[in-house]
Amino acid sequence: MLNPYLKLNPKVFDKENVQKPTRDGFGDALVELGEKNENVVVLTADLSESTRTDGFEKKFPERFFEAGVAEQNMAAVAAGLAVSGKIPFISSYATFSPGKNWETIRTTIIYNQASVKIAGHHSGVITGPDGSTHQATEDIAIVRSWPGIQILVPCDAIEAKKATIESVKFKGPSYLRFTREKTPIITTEQTSFKPVSLFWTSEVPRAVIFATGHMIYHALLAARELEKEKIEVLVANVAQIKPLDEKTILDLVKKAGKVVTVEDHQIMGGLGGAISELLAKHSPAPMEFVGLQDTFAESGKPQELMEKYKMDHKAIISAVKKVVRR
Amino acid sequence: MEELHDDKLKKLEEIAVKTRQLIIETLVEAGSGHSAGPLGMADIFTAFYFHILNHKPDEPDWPDRDRLVLSNGHICPVRYTSMALAGYFPVSELKTLRKINSRLQGHPHRTSLPGLETTSGPLGEGISQGIGMALAAKLDNKKYHVYCIASDGEQEEGNTWEAIMFAAKYKVNNLTLVIDRNNIQIDGFTENIMPLESLKAKYEAFNWEVLEVDGNNIRAFVDAIRQARAVFEKPTVIIAHTIPGKGVDFMENDFNWHGKSPNLEEAKIALKELRTLQGKIVSEHQ
Repeated sequence: MLNPYLKLNPKVFDKENVQKPTRDGFGDALVELGEKNENVVVLTADLSESTRTDGFEKKFPERFFEAGVAEQNMAAVAAGLAVSGKIPFISSYATFSPGKNWETIRTTIIYNQASVKIAGHHSGVITGPDGSTHQATEDIAIVRSWPGIQILVPCDAIEAKKATIESVKFKGPSYLRFTREKTPIITTEQTSFKPVSLFWTSEVPRAVIFATGHMIYHALLAARELEKEKIEVLVANVAQIKPLDEKTILDLVKKAGKVVTVEDHQIMGGLGGAISELLAKHSPAPMEFVGLQDTFAESGKPQELMEKYKMDHKAIISAVKKVVRR
Repeated sequence: MEELHDDKLKKLEEIAVKTRQLIIETLVEAGSGHSAGPLGMADIFTAFYFHILNHKPDEPDWPDRDRLVLSNGHICPVRYTSMALAGYFPVSELKTLRKINSRLQGHPHRTSLPGLETTSGPLGEGISQGIGMALAAKLDNKKYHVYCIASDGEQEEGNTWEAIMFAAKYKVNNLTLVIDRNNIQIDGFTENIMPLESLKAKYEAFNWEVLEVDGNNIRAFVDAIRQARAVFEKPTVIIAHTIPGKGVDFMENDFNWHGKSPNLEEAKIALKELRTLQGKIVSEHQ
């Protein structure tokens, strides 16, 4: 059942549940941060409206910089601002930033210890009709090996706002991952932001599902179906992939024994990679990985893609059934 | 910036020769590193650290200091040497360059050594970072000026032109760019590898103010900086024509010395030449 202590949205499974893209939460947070802290500045690379920096742009034009279609310059200008006392957010599609400008970020932000907040949008196959060029499915993998970076992947628009505000408290560079498509609201304003939260509990779990981003909704759908078949599971929302909350994850694995990871990302190098590295070191456990299986996706409606590439709740159910047999 | 009187100029020229000697000694000790660029830029770095910059070597984090951003990090031996001579750290520390546990990384790392403004080496990223610092100064109503030194080879990087467009758009007039136009890069002469000319016309077309100067003439360079600071409506670039390997005859204008250090025998010859040069400066001003 839904964890009663977290004040999650009771209507999460209702057909009329509100849906919003996580990028909206990011945009709201920027305006709020801009009001509270005059050192917050925002840069984009010709994607202001699409990545929801336009609210900040209208309200604080003197602190907003439109870099044009030039992601390397955007990142390095932000590095210069950050070492001069500013808190810069750079915002673009994740395939371009931190994709195209990866080395620029590595040198001028990460190694340079410049506290820039990198917002990567249009993540996952859920980006849909734009096709694979615009569906960021390797972004977590390419940023996760950077020393000292914080990686936040909010599960809904409400958590996206909290994660954005949270990132400013982190002294160092952060990567924030957002989605284009509307996704169901799972948390409420009262749900506190935690790196790992147990969204679905059960008495005698046979597996724990770790999901990140919007995939938590599909994991919850799977848990509800599995409960009807008397297969109890735990579902944990991993909102922060780095630094990883190792203790909470190991405790949950100890309780459930077997593991399924779920992400809208390649199965290598992302959430599944992070958790399998942790478990291999401390507590090896049978594991299944739900995500993009070492392939590119294609254009299509989000739900069609989720189904075709085996990332929907049915795929999660199969993965759980497979892992409990192991 | 104060007037550059003749006696001060003489002192700067002597420091520049001393800088070249230390560069040779440092590179021999390191056993690897770049020779031509640092020697060619010794006059400009001397001018910056001993005349142009408003800075406090004993307080490298002073918030109002002028920023000197080195985009082409591979010429860091000259920056380290100038910093040591200016009092940022002991001259004896120069011999740790490129060695384990050293603050003097093979390419500069900002947080390893106080006084470096950026981390650099990968090319084309310095102008952008300098722009960020200059924008921060404007937002905070700070009066510090940002100087950025870039190589001619890194004009081939796309990022360079992204930054040039951006600086012109935002009229970043508290940034002055200095390009080390020494015509060489690691694989050969720039005009053979990837022609850059007319560099002046390119910058003008991108709405920058362009000055050209002999980068091995300290007085001319200081005058150019003064002229650049007087431009308010757009950013300014000084194309500084320098001789790579300047001061060491067998290194001058030879691209083979771009990316390597001298061995002990070569260093002896180089140091002998530089000692002769020092004598020449003294006699010129007597």
